[in-house]
Amino acid sequence: MKLSNFAKFLVLSSLLVAPIFGWADWNALNMTEGATEVSKKVFDLHMLIFWICVVIGVVVFGVMFYSMYAFTKKKNPNPSTFHDNTKIEILWTVIPFVILVVMAIPATNVLKEIYNDEEGDVNIQVVGYQWKWQYKYLEDGINFFSNLSTDQDEIYNKIPKGEHYLLEVDEPVVIPVGKKVRFLITANDVIHSWWVPDFAIKQDAIPGFINTAWTIVDEPGLYRGNCTELCGKNHGFMPIVVRAVEQSEYDEWVSGKKQAAFELAQLTEKDWSVEELVSNGESVYLKNCAACHQVSGQGIPGIFPALAGSEIVLNNKSRNIEILMEGVQGAAMQSFANQLSEVDIASVITYTRRSWGNSEKGDGEVVVPKEILEYKSNNQKS
Amino acid sequence: MSAVIESHDHDHHHGPAKGLTRWLFTTNHKDIGTLYLWFSFLMFLVGGAMAMVIRAELFQPGMQIVQPEFYNQMLTLHGLIMIFGAVMPAFVGLANWLVPMMVGAPDMALPRMNNLSFWILPFAFFVLLSSLFMEGGAPNFGWTFYAPLSTTYAPPSVTFFIFSVHIMGASSIMGAINVIVTIMNMRAPGMTLMKMPLFVWSWLITAYLLIAVMPVLAGAVTMMLMDIHFGTSFFNAAGGGDPVLFQHVFWFFGHPEVYIMILPAFGITSHIISTFSRKPLFGYSSMVWAMASIAILSFVVWAHHMFTVGMPLAAELFFMWATMLIAVPTGVKVFNWVATMFKGSITYETPMLFAIAFVVLFTIGGFSGLMLAITPADFQYHDTYFVVAHFHYVLVPGAIFSIMAAVYYWIPKWTGNMYDERLGRLHFWLSFVSVNVTFFPQHWIGLAGMPRRYPDYALQFADWNMVSTAGAFAFGLSQILFLFIVLKTVRGGKKATSQVWEGAEGLEWTVDSPPAYHTFTTPPKVS
Amino acid sequence: MEYQKYYVPEQSKFPIFAATSMFLLVMGAASTINSLGTESNTGKYILWSGLAAMATTLFFWFKKVIQEHLAGLDSAQLKKSFVFGMAWFIFSEVMFFAAFFGALFYVRSFAVPWLGGEGEKGLANMLWPDFESSWPLMSTPDDGAAYTLPEKNLSFPGFSHLLTWLPLWNTIVLLSSSVTVHFAHLALKAGNKSTFNLWLGVTVLLALTFVGLQAAEYYEAYAHYGLTLNSGIYGSTFFMLTGFHGFHVMLGGFMLAVMLIRSIFYNHFEPEDHFGFEAASWYWHFVDVVWVMLFLFVYIL
Ligand code: HEA
Ligand code: HEA
Ligand code: HEC
Ligand code: CUA
Ligand SMILES: [Cu+2]
Repeated sequence: MKLSNFAKFLVLSSLLVAPIFGWADWNALNMTEGATEVSKKVFDLHMLIFWICVVIGVVVFGVMFYSMYAFTKKKNPNPSTFHDNTKIEILWTVIPFVILVVMAIPATNVLKEIYNDEEGDVNIQVVGYQWKWQYKYLEDGINFFSNLSTDQDEIYNKIPKGEHYLLEVDEPVVIPVGKKVRFLITANDVIHSWWVPDFAIKQDAIPGFINTAWTIVDEPGLYRGNCTELCGKNHGFMPIVVRAVEQSEYDEWVSGKKQAAFELAQLTEKDWSVEELVSNGESVYLKNCAACHQVSGQGIPGIFPALAGSEIVLNNKSRNIEILMEGVQGAAMQSFANQLSEVDIASVITYTRRSWGNSEKGDGEVVVPKEILEYKSNNQKS
Repeated sequence: MSAVIESHDHDHHHGPAKGLTRWLFTTNHKDIGTLYLWFSFLMFLVGGAMAMVIRAELFQPGMQIVQPEFYNQMLTLHGLIMIFGAVMPAFVGLANWLVPMMVGAPDMALPRMNNLSFWILPFAFFVLLSSLFMEGGAPNFGWTFYAPLSTTYAPPSVTFFIFSVHIMGASSIMGAINVIVTIMNMRAPGMTLMKMPLFVWSWLITAYLLIAVMPVLAGAVTMMLMDIHFGTSFFNAAGGGDPVLFQHVFWFFGHPEVYIMILPAFGITSHIISTFSRKPLFGYSSMVWAMASIAILSFVVWAHHMFTVGMPLAAELFFMWATMLIAVPTGVKVFNWVATMFKGSITYETPMLFAIAFVVLFTIGGFSGLMLAITPADFQYHDTYFVVAHFHYVLVPGAIFSIMAAVYYWIPKWTGNMYDERLGRLHFWLSFVSVNVTFFPQHWIGLAGMPRRYPDYALQFADWNMVSTAGAFAFGLSQILFLFIVLKTVRGGKKATSQVWEGAEGLEWTVDSPPAYHTFTTPPKVS
Repeated sequence: MEYQKYYVPEQSKFPIFAATSMFLLVMGAASTINSLGTESNTGKYILWSGLAAMATTLFFWFKKVIQEHLAGLDSAQLKKSFVFGMAWFIFSEVMFFAAFFGALFYVRSFAVPWLGGEGEKGLANMLWPDFESSWPLMSTPDDGAAYTLPEKNLSFPGFSHLLTWLPLWNTIVLLSSSVTVHFAHLALKAGNKSTFNLWLGVTVLLALTFVGLQAAEYYEAYAHYGLTLNSGIYGSTFFMLTGFHGFHVMLGGFMLAVMLIRSIFYNHFEPEDHFGFEAASWYWHFVDVVWVMLFLFVYIL
């Protein structure tokens, strides 16, 4: 390269890049070391491979840049004509091979460790849904959904964004520290992927199959992650938050959860007024349905049907209940029977039947929680 | 009317027909090459415009200009169009122009089929792009279209997508057959296999890859079609199938596909580096062997895209080791290029600049590829911007730079005019700087944890996304300069000699610039 | 190597017509499929016009090539191009079938056992507690709610039923057709046109027989066995593999029939020069080999 060219390049690129370096947060530019033994090993492996590549790069580019500098037409008007040298070819085949073996050994060891697939002290089934995560504690029977809790107004730039923008959920999955926690990962509709960088766990959630991953977390804290397999419209909006707590706190949380489940069941017995149902239904709708059917009830033509003016929602109460309970086979419409309480299902149906002008056009019938219970007992699956 | 290519004595030339029919009905490899190249550039602009939509949305956190579902459509079409519409047709166009001239053949072996392979493409992409206006929108499941997002959960336009992939595949297979037959059957006397220019070698190997894997892609989309509309359950566990089966079939195609997009680039680079170093290529035969090894290995590494799907340990290990092995033959190529420059007599015309940038930046992309191959580390990298950075490094300053290098290198031959060297260099420097500004920071945001295929992201990634977007727009605008340079060269300029470049060697440099409409009606003698 | 003239056709309208027909075909096919179960007919019209346009184009295209050949325009070198072209086309077909065979092997050795609780990923059975792995798969993991479950399959029924087992007869028919087409080839090379026509005719008849038997088998499966495309992965792989094969038999049979017509009515083909026939016969042997694989992996093992 002509030196002047090279200088031009330096000036140009540094002009472009220089201001950037000023305000960049350099700590956030590398892989996290994470919070577990495994994640630290993965990090070390990453750095090892990285530095090996850097060294190879320096050597190869070094020779190349030197040639570019020293063997220009001006400096070396008579090129050599040498070519083909079997010894050299063998050398630069064997050396990289040896380097690769050096990389492969630690990589293989770490992988084997990660693949240890014994049962954990706590076993949690993780189920990906469009677009939320369900956690089922296999020992304690606890079962809940975890939704993105970032305000839509933050996403649409109407209000300032909070610190954990897009990385916050309404209900984190809770695990005890120091225990082996095993995740049984699957999905209900399409493929999702459960990734928590701090644990170095990324496992695809495949509908119909189960993948496993395990971790032992030492420090209590909140660990955030994402869905990392394209799963449709809101793929970017189904984060993961894991709350690791001391054993005693964990036990407390477990019993609290059980108590809450019991209280929820009680609510079903209560007599609900239409207003109560509609107002509860609205919040259920916004959280669970609006992603597809839209806040306006208009859906998205061709993919998600409108509920405003839908024949089923207007005049076919029994089918309406059935759709919510069973979902629609082979479509994004999933069964909500296990996701929502009877109260929530009843109120969301009531809400949809009485919103967007539906009550004027259709029968506007109300659905109460007991009807959902009835449906459940009539349709007991063996 | 038929024309017979006569032997030595009657040296009659058929000029091109006039008007539009020249392009519609042509059987001439140069015309078809030109069509391919222009089509590919058009697709590069369309795919690039979609990339601009993506980058503009990612300029800042929050949703600003598009909705998530439209973002996904842009992402999918961007990937598909760049790969199947821009890079592949560009290489086929170069093959059309160069392979017959390099082996001393009068034309491609099957000229009418050659025209058919080209004209399928505009139709195929019309079908694909028209899906943007269909109910439910265009395909939105990524260029890798994993089932069941692309089957049960897909918008209705997926059916059109499937058929469009079918006919693109047909076009590629016919194109590949044509290249193979031309190379195997039409070489001038004396042009033995091991005397063939490396670009020809690279395309011979690429064509074999194409014929082997395009039908597999056709099989994959056919199974999708059946699952969507005819009740089969290939990718549905409820019926005994497996969504992961789709990924195996897809990547059995998909991995060789990425080498389809790089092998011709290797060929091009070898020519250019040797020409401007004024020195024979250091290791011709080892270059050939390296490409062949890469091609063969490419069939047994596909599952490195699937390290996180939960394969049994033995499979993970096998695919990790096999993938790492590819670094060996690729390294041989890089070392040979460097050795060719060593003790050469180098000048830095635009093609050489692009070729050198190719070697450096492709190698960087190769390094990140190697890192991705390390399974436990890939658990962290997978589906983050680290992967996006990796493949843009091998595709943009890789494949695309090599195509631009090739255009600068051979355009004097094609048009008879020299391009404007000053503008060429300007184009190079603008592209070189902006491409790095665009894609280098993506390594960092990827490592820091930003997943790919996200229309919106957490706040800690904001700064570098902004930089990346700025770079992307600069890179995009620089390509308008490229268009300008090409048009200017087509319309006129300093006349080019036959040899064009001082150090250039090969049959194509022995004919006029521009060459006669039918070159080598009499085969040249190759010693 | 002695230099020969290589025939490069001048401008041709066929390719662009073919491309346009292909466009109509896929637009039509996609809209037809998308409106299955509705009243809409537009897609069908486009589909049929595409098919008709394609057939017409190909007819005239091939006619032209044959005329050029008869006019002596093509050299031995051009013929070699056709030979290579056909060979690599067949290879691409092999890879197309490979995708489906690959799918079959994968589900049989991995997916189905895993779903049934066997092997390294057997944990999946947690989601399908009632499911047991077997092949041929007679039920589906989800208990059949959304599937038509078969009562019987078409696998090898044991030696006592050997003679009434259709696939065996299909195999015999197809294997012998490969032999008869070879006899035809030998006769042609020996310059014996009437023997050639006879053997070729027999081959075409055998092809028809095969298609008829296969149709009977499909009828049986759908009407009496409850085995359909919707019977889970066994039905899926069974019908896709045999179906695509059957489709290729029809194509190959059609090619041979065209050769027969050319030979009988136009007296084409010379003892040393008959590439059209050879290409068709290679294709036929290829179809035959695929059947042997099918017979082995779909029906017997
Ligand atoms: C032109 C295209 C191209 C090329 C050439 C490559 C080349 C390579 N790729 Fe890349 N890759 C893609 C295109 C390409 N890739 C695409 C498009 C994707 C994403 C698909 C998607 O999901 O959408 C992808 C994704 C991808 C993944 C999956 C990542 C993930 O999703 O988690 C992996 C993992 O192994 C990988 C590895 C490699 C390797 C090892 C190489 C090797 O060939 C690189 C070899 C080169 C070198 C190593 C440099 C030169 C060598 C030397 C100087 C010698 C000495 C070096 C050593 C000894 C280290 N690639
Ligand atoms: C050869 C292949 C190729 C090429 C050349 C490119 C080129 C570019 N790509 Fe592409 N990309 C892919 C293949 C390619 N890409 C693939 C396979 C994916 C994955 C898809 C998936 O996940 O399914 C992807 C995904 C992808 C993403 C990730 C999106 C996500 O995961 O959410 C991004 C984001 O930055 C991106 C950006 C760009 C940019 C800025 C360019 C630029 O280089 C483009 C520059 C070109 C132009 C801009 C056009 C020319 C100029 C004009 C038309 C004039 C007008 C210009 C302006 C107004 C500025 N690409
Ligand atoms: C992941 C996307 C998604 C979510 C979330 C979702 N739905 Fe649906 N819904 C669909 C789809 C898709 C259909 C169309 C199914 C079909 O018939 O193919 C549908 C259909 C319906 C129908 C029938 C409409 C008609 O006219 O056919 C009703 C009623 C309905 N959904 C109510 C709800 C309610 C209430 C909720 C929330 C508790 C909800 N849906 C959540 C995707 C979704
Ligand atoms: Cu769930 Cu992405
Ligand atoms: Cu790959």
